[in-house]
Amino acid sequence: MGKRMVWFLFILMFFLHQDFWWWDHSFLILGFLPIGLAYHGIFSIACAILGWAAVRFAWPEELEKFAESSDQSK
Amino acid sequence: MTTLIVIACYLCLLLTLGFFSNRLFRGTSKDYFVASHSIGPFLLLMSVFGTTMTAFALVGSTGKSFERGIGTYGLMASISGLVHAGIFFLIGIRLWAFGKKYGYITQIQFFRDRFDSDKLGYFLFPILVLLVVPYLLIGIIGAGKTIEPVTAGAFPTFFTNPSAPPWLGGIPPWLTGLVVCLVVLSYVFMGGSRGAAFANTFQTIVFMVMGVVAFIFIINALGGIENAGKIPARITDQSAIVQDYRYDKKQASIVANEPPRVIGKVLSSESDDVVNQQPHFWRETTQVEFKKKNPKTGELSFFERELGYSFITFVTYLFIPLSVGMFPHLFQHWLTAKSAKSFRLTVIAHPLCIMVVWVPCVLVGAWASGVLPPGIPPPAVLSAMLNLLVGDPILIGLLTAGVLAAIMSSLDSQFLCLGTIFTNDIVVHRAGKKRYTDKQIISIARIFIICIVTLTYFLAMLAKDANVFDLAIWCFSGFSALFPLVFAALYWKRATKQGAIASIAAAVLSWLYYFHLSGYGGEYLVGPGIVPAAICFAAASVAMVVVSLVTDPPSPQTVAKFFPENNSKS
Repeated sequence: MGKRMVWFLFILMFFLHQDFWWWDHSFLILGFLPIGLAYHGIFSIACAILGWAAVRFAWPEELEKFAESSDQSK
Repeated sequence: MTTLIVIACYLCLLLTLGFFSNRLFRGTSKDYFVASHSIGPFLLLMSVFGTTMTAFALVGSTGKSFERGIGTYGLMASISGLVHAGIFFLIGIRLWAFGKKYGYITQIQFFRDRFDSDKLGYFLFPILVLLVVPYLLIGIIGAGKTIEPVTAGAFPTFFTNPSAPPWLGGIPPWLTGLVVCLVVLSYVFMGGSRGAAFANTFQTIVFMVMGVVAFIFIINALGGIENAGKIPARITDQSAIVQDYRYDKKQASIVANEPPRVIGKVLSSESDDVVNQQPHFWRETTQVEFKKKNPKTGELSFFERELGYSFITFVTYLFIPLSVGMFPHLFQHWLTAKSAKSFRLTVIAHPLCIMVVWVPCVLVGAWASGVLPPGIPPPAVLSAMLNLLVGDPILIGLLTAGVLAAIMSSLDSQFLCLGTIFTNDIVVHRAGKKRYTDKQIISIARIFIICIVTLTYFLAMLAKDANVFDLAIWCFSGFSALFPLVFAALYWKRATKQGAIASIAAAVLSWLYYFHLSGYGGEYLVGPGIVPAAICFAAASVAMVVVSLVTDPPSPQTVAKFFPENNSKS
């Protein structure tokens, strides 16, 4: 997995967020969570996994080095 | 009274923390404003999360879910998990890097340098203040709305004019607002950004833990998790909206209403199949009419409400969380980070923290539709549920302290940030760095913070009945409209000073236009349900691109300074 895959997943998540397919459903998951809420709860967990992937595979090392380098050019 | 004592103890604890952070204060302006870039991953996560979650998250989300249902979570929370984390990664780390490298303390310093324009700072300063103030107001209003119901009866002879008759003797919003402002002011005054980071961390832990505890107690009071799912208001085959249950305080349990209590009726719905549906558990738009009893005269009246969200509103709401990219107080928190690595935990855990706080609040709001009168003010729903379902005053005090924690963990950063930008971007910038000593700079910031706290307090008293959620959305919309500015500054070499000014002007003018149409803070959607933030964002983006392309590009020195990747490649 590289930066491109992380970017692809990031954009894909915006589409997955628009869950029109559950719009008029109110059945409960585990007996208490309406599906519209359960789906978005899982979506939040997926966001955290994507965050981990971004940190693991697309971390801006060069920016970190740039900030830590000593030549102040202000 | 016990509840009040618990809340007072919590506030004292917070003040103690303020004294403690003051002992760690190094006495320099850099330490006061950005904690000498010393904040590690956990403190950064807690302070960033605590800052972004305010009365809006706890009081506002519960109230909005009570009004419109569980779609509130997808509308604001889950999309924020994605967008906020993306912004921390793409904007936050980059801004931190420039701040660390070039010594910036405020956003305006960065923009002035990036666009090589002094005037840009003077143009942006009043706009940032204008947009942060409503954010401050929602904290103070939210605190007032929360404390009054839970302290009802504490001082019946002192406070004889409550917001609603059942809250007679409760601490009035003006007094809560005053105390909250003074406590926040004290620890920000003493500890600066380090004090705010410590206090935020402590308060974020408190409100997350207390949120979970409140949730568990509410579930127990509703007869268990599965029974809670049956509680929300239901639509009958006669299109009436009924409450099948009520909470009996004597029995301390949920009992069935025989027959179900009619609280309103369905006027129209997007769905054909509404019979036996719990409209707060889906997102189809349903127009309803509720009954409301005037608590003072007992007179019945009717009001209309739309449950659910239209799909176009849901989609365009994704522009609202972009606001975090331009929050000046968040910029300041980013700059406190010890290293870029400090951001890693925030990027990963922020969506989970949002989930832990928002899912219970949204569920409680939906459940409240089945046991509370529909006419109750939305910001009072959370405390009304605590008061109704959780009998123990000590526990109510602790849970209310959790709500206050969420509110104050945002107020502190915002007060500090306004003091910081005024001192650095206006006073010191005009007079020159050598004009003032470090001690004088800190004093100027503190004096300005006192002025802003005072002004905000009086404005909050004037707007005390505003809807916390709607006011927050207007504040976020303004910052979202400014997002193209920071994105272009960081990622588009061709972005020019003129493009930046045009973008800011387009953002502010379009925002003011819609804010005026909304009646200054009400809920307002354009056309088929588009949120104004989407249009303001588009206007600001177009202005940035068009004006930048027709004006002279930035100097090669500016490009080299702010696009270091290019330098390393060439």
